[in-house]
Parts: sequence; C-alpha cells; structure tokens
Amino acid sequence: MSFFRDPVVFLTQWLNGVLAGWGLPPAWVQVISFTIGGAILATGAMLFVTILIWGERKLLGRVQDRYGPNRLGPWGIFQSFADMLKIFIKEHITPVGVDLIPYNLAPILSVAAVLMVWSVIPLSMTMYGVDLSVGLLYFVAVGALGELGIIMAGWGSNNKYALLGAFRAVAQLISYEVPMVVSLLVPVMLAGSLSMNEIVKQQNIWFIFISPLAALIFFVTQIAEVGRAPFDLVEAESELVAGFNIEYSGLKFGMFFVAEFVHAFTVALIFTTLFLGGWRGPGAEQYPLLGFIYLMLKTTIVYFIAILMRGSLPRFRIDQMMDVNWKLLTPLSLILIAVTALAVKAMQPLSPWISVPVNIVLNLILIYLTQQLLVRYFKRRKIREVGSRNRPVARLEEPVTSTAESEGSL
Amino acid sequence: MTAMQIIFLIVAAVTLGGALMIATSRRMMHTVLWLVLTLMGVAVLFALLQANFFSVVQVLVYIGAIAILILFGVMLTRRSMVDAGESLVHKNWWVVAVVIALLFAAIVISIQPWGAAHTPLVELMEFKEPISDLGEALVDPAAYLIPFEVSSVLLLAVMVAAIYIAVDRKGGKS
Amino acid sequence: MIPLSWYLILAAGLFCIGLFVVLTKKSAIGILIGIELMLNAVNINLAAFWHYYTQLNPSQTPLNGMVFLAIVFIVAAAETAVGLALIISAYRRRNTSVAGEMDLLKG
Repeated sequence: MSFFRDPVVFLTQWLNGVLAGWGLPPAWVQVISFTIGGAILATGAMLFVTILIWGERKLLGRVQDRYGPNRLGPWGIFQSFADMLKIFIKEHITPVGVDLIPYNLAPILSVAAVLMVWSVIPLSMTMYGVDLSVGLLYFVAVGALGELGIIMAGWGSNNKYALLGAFRAVAQLISYEVPMVVSLLVPVMLAGSLSMNEIVKQQNIWFIFISPLAALIFFVTQIAEVGRAPFDLVEAESELVAGFNIEYSGLKFGMFFVAEFVHAFTVALIFTTLFLGGWRGPGAEQYPLLGFIYLMLKTTIVYFIAILMRGSLPRFRIDQMMDVNWKLLTPLSLILIAVTALAVKAMQPLSPWISVPVNIVLNLILIYLTQQLLVRYFKRRKIREVGSRNRPVARLEEPVTSTAESEGSL
Repeated sequence: MTAMQIIFLIVAAVTLGGALMIATSRRMMHTVLWLVLTLMGVAVLFALLQANFFSVVQVLVYIGAIAILILFGVMLTRRSMVDAGESLVHKNWWVVAVVIALLFAAIVISIQPWGAAHTPLVELMEFKEPISDLGEALVDPAAYLIPFEVSSVLLLAVMVAAIYIAVDRKGGKS
Repeated sequence: MIPLSWYLILAAGLFCIGLFVVLTKKSAIGILIGIELMLNAVNINLAAFWHYYTQLNPSQTPLNGMVFLAIVFIVAAAETAVGLALIISAYRRRNTSVAGEMDLLKG
C-alpha cells in the first residue's frame, strides 16, 4: 500500500503501527485512532463548509444581481474566515430566566447531530468512519437529535417567540421525515442493504437513473429538513423573529449557523451517496483518493443546485408547506414504494437490461400521473382574486374590500 | 477490569443517574430531558450487546418519536408559561421507596445463585446481525407473521384512536 | 468481559426506578414516563438474553429475542400515542394534567 495510491489508509496503518510500537493494547490503539480520525473529519467538514459559504454567498449574489463578498482576499475568498473570527470574539449574552443546561446544550447538540452523520458516509472506497450495517437508519436517527436540539433551544430561551419558532420548526421537520424515510427505502430495496458502503457498491447504474422520482422526493424533503428556501419557515426572518435561535448570540448563535450550513452540505453528500453513485467514477477503485474528489465534485454540484433553488423560489406559506408534505409527497412516496417493491420482486430473475428500463418507465408514468392530477386539481379550483385586476390606482373611489381567506393551496 | 467493563460501568451510571433524576426532578420539562439521557444510555447498552439495529431504532423511535411527543405533551398541558417547579411527587413517597428497594434487593439476591448469570458475554467475532433474517421471519407464516400483522393492526387502531380522542369537537372546526 | 448478571442488575434497577416514578409522580405524563422506563428495562433484559443465547448457539441465528424487542418497541410507541391523546383530551376538559384531579367518570 503505497502513500500515493491511498494516503489515508497508509497514514492510518502507519499511525496504528507507531501506537502499537509504544506498547499500547490493540483496543486503546483503536480508540485513539478513531478519536484522531473523528477530530480530523469534523474539522475538515467545518473548514470545507466555511469555504462553501463563500461560494454560496457569491452565487446568491449573482442570482440577485450583485457581486457578493469581494473585499477580503482575491474574489473575497477570506470573507467567511473574517466572519468566523468576528463571531468567535463576540460577547456571550445569557438572558435572564433561561434554563441553563438546555440553553447551553442546544447549540452543541445541533452541531453534533449533523457531524455524527459523517461517520457513516463512505468518502472513498477505503475511507469511511465505520461501515455500520444499519447506516441509513443511523442517518435518520441522528436527525432526531437535531430536532431535540431545536426544542431545547426554544424551551431553554425562556421566550415565547423562541418557543413558538421551535414548535413550528419541529412540526416541519417531523412532517417531512415521513416521505423522506419512505423514499429512502427505494435505494435500500434496489441495493438490498442498509449499509451506505453496500449501497454505493451496488450502484453500477446510478439510482437516480433507476428511480428518478425517489431522488426527487428525497431532494425536496431534504431541503425542507435543512430549512432552506422555499422551506425556510424555520427562520423566516420577515414573519418570525428568527425562530428558535432568537435569544442566542456570539459563538452559540454561530454554532446554529454552522450547523445549518454543514447540514445543507451533509444532505447533499447523502443524496450523492444514495442516488449519484457516491465515490464511484473512472479509476476510483484503483486510486481511492480520486473517488473522494469525484464525491466532492458531485456533492458540490448538488449543493449548488439547492442554492439556485434557494435563490430563485419564494417562500411557502405554512399551510402550503404542510399540504405539499401530507397531500402530495407522502401519498406519492407510499405509492412509489409499493410500485418499486412489486417491480423489483417481479423482475428479480431478469437481467438488469430489462428491469432497469421497466423501473424508469414506471417512475416516469408515476410522475406523469401526478402532474396530470395536479393540473386538473388546479384547473378545478378557483383561486379567488384579492382586490381588482388593474391595481395601481391612487384614486379615492371605493375601498377595496379584501375577500381573502386563507386558502389551502394545492 | 477491561476497557469494555469500564465503558459499561460509565454507561450504566449515566443511565441509572438519568433515571434517578427523573424520579427526583421537580420540573416536568427537565424530567423529559433526563428521560432522553436515559434512553440514550439504553441505546449505548444495546450497541454494547451488539444489537446495532435496535440501538439505532432505540434512538429513532424513543428519542425521535416518543420523547419528542412527550415534550409536546408537556408543553401543551402546562397551566401557565411559567413552570413553577411545584412538588410533583406524592407525599408518601418514602413508603414506596422502601418497598421498591426491597423488591430490587429481592431481584438481585435471586439472580446471585443462578450460575448462568455469571457467564461473561463475549464479543461475538465474525458476527453479522441477522437483520435480513429478522425481516424474512417477520413475514413468514411459519415464523412471526401473525404477531407482526397484529402489531401493525394495533398501530393502525392506535392512530385512529389517538386522532379520535384528541380531536377538539367543541372549539375547533373539526 | 461483561457478565450477564451486570445487565440483569442494571435492568432491575431501571425497572425499580420506573416503578417508583409511576407510583409517586402526580402528573399523568410523569406516570407515562415511568412506564417508558419500565419498558426500557425489559428491553435491556431481552437484548442481554438474546446476546447470551446467540453466544451459546453460534450456529443458529436466534430471532425470538429480536422479535420480542421489536414488538416491545411497537407497543411502547402505541401506548405513548394513546396515553398522550388521553391526557391532552382530559386536560382540555378539566384543565389539569395531574392524575389525582382527574376524578370524574363523566366527561
């Protein structure tokens, strides 16, 4: 195993050798090397995301027809480091009457919940934290800890706006977990395993090409889980007062902030692993480091697609958001999983040359039917107009009586 | 004392400590947060027993669903925004404590003479958790099909019942 | 490694504390929490005996323990859902979540 072929495994083995040479028992060697690996992984993830924040701000700036950060360093690339420095040296303000332990534990929990996901993601063929046999389930379970962090933040802050924001956030997250878990079962069925490594290894054809609908549902639910536009009701700054993290300042607020960005990148990473073949690519088996580069490239592309959505779509109303989940995504994912299960079981003996096209066709039929149903629904439903059609008049005739009721859309 | 034993003792202390804090804590909200800690400890115990699947399911079901549901329940049934920290414990608690201490002692004493209880649980090498076997057994008529189906009917009935009970007939639009 | 009896004693302790919580808490939700603790203690026992049995019979794949665990999980989730629905319904009528104050047979 030479250094240039696979530096990570080489370094791990070298480190293990050195530690064993000092006369440590094997269990302790394992503990130490896992600790070091975890620290490097977490730090690397955070640093990488710091750079990504710059890219996101740059791209969002372009979407909104401005430059984005352009002062510090070439193309403003050090802007996020400056922001980081600023947030480190800000004052910690602890409001009166907070519940100290939940209040201080919540930011840590939300960062930890995101970083814990990284331990099961295969970064390349030989580079992963642990090959858990229930890796996907672990990913879902760890998401629950993030919700707990939000509730603790909302409760501990001793502020009713924070509590209401936390209620709203958790309602959103729990609701969107339902279609997410159901759509996750599609790659599990296709790969026949819950282990992330195994799912990647089974993707001779990327699963997004076998089941585009599952990928779409998963993508949408993930954007909702992260709480970004168009699902950014969690911290809708024009409606709520910044949601559950209103009472936080300084580094504690920064931790929520970092958790959100790392989470956004992590779900892109999960999407890539499950649907875009993870680290797979030409030459990735011989040179695992190449696989890591492929993975990061694909993930960055997915991430920037999510950012473009963020930049171009308006925010949902809360009832619209719940409608999308309970009336569209959940039934659709349930139908999809039933169809996929039948198709996979029926075509098990056949070669992939038959089963894969059939799967694609089934998915496309489902997408077409959904689209037709939605079109019909919207044609049938009269959207009542608010005010008159020719609006901008400053005459004093009769006051426009607003007949707007909150209408459930979709 | 091996590394595993030290880990076990730490986890057991955290689990039992969390449970004791549940029994003694005065604020309802704190009780639930201690419950989360205890559930987490139990999840780690499952992992120590190499039941990885159930360790993850423990976090998913107990912390992700049950604990958060209880948190919501606590928040929705408070009398005011302020949690006064009133005494939540019955005044004759010490009688219960004595009886339960006797019960615990009885269990521990009755375990002691049983020889098999002292078997050390070793780490099973080359062990794959039989998750796929479990899945197949749950839908196999010769194995556990009926319990599985009954429990799914139970879940459905519970869903209907919970909605029926909790629906607000007077005030709301439903 | 860790003897089986350690797990059993831990589970017994957790069960006893759960029973104590059930018997002494005034709040109905507190009682529900105690029941969760007791169910968890049972789960630890089941998992420990499952491991013990697998260790004794390495050739077979014993599933009874796992199926029992799964069913306890299902029952626990069901029990919490119905219990909380009842508590919230009672709270709406009587404006209390203290078990001792829910003393009317008629809603």
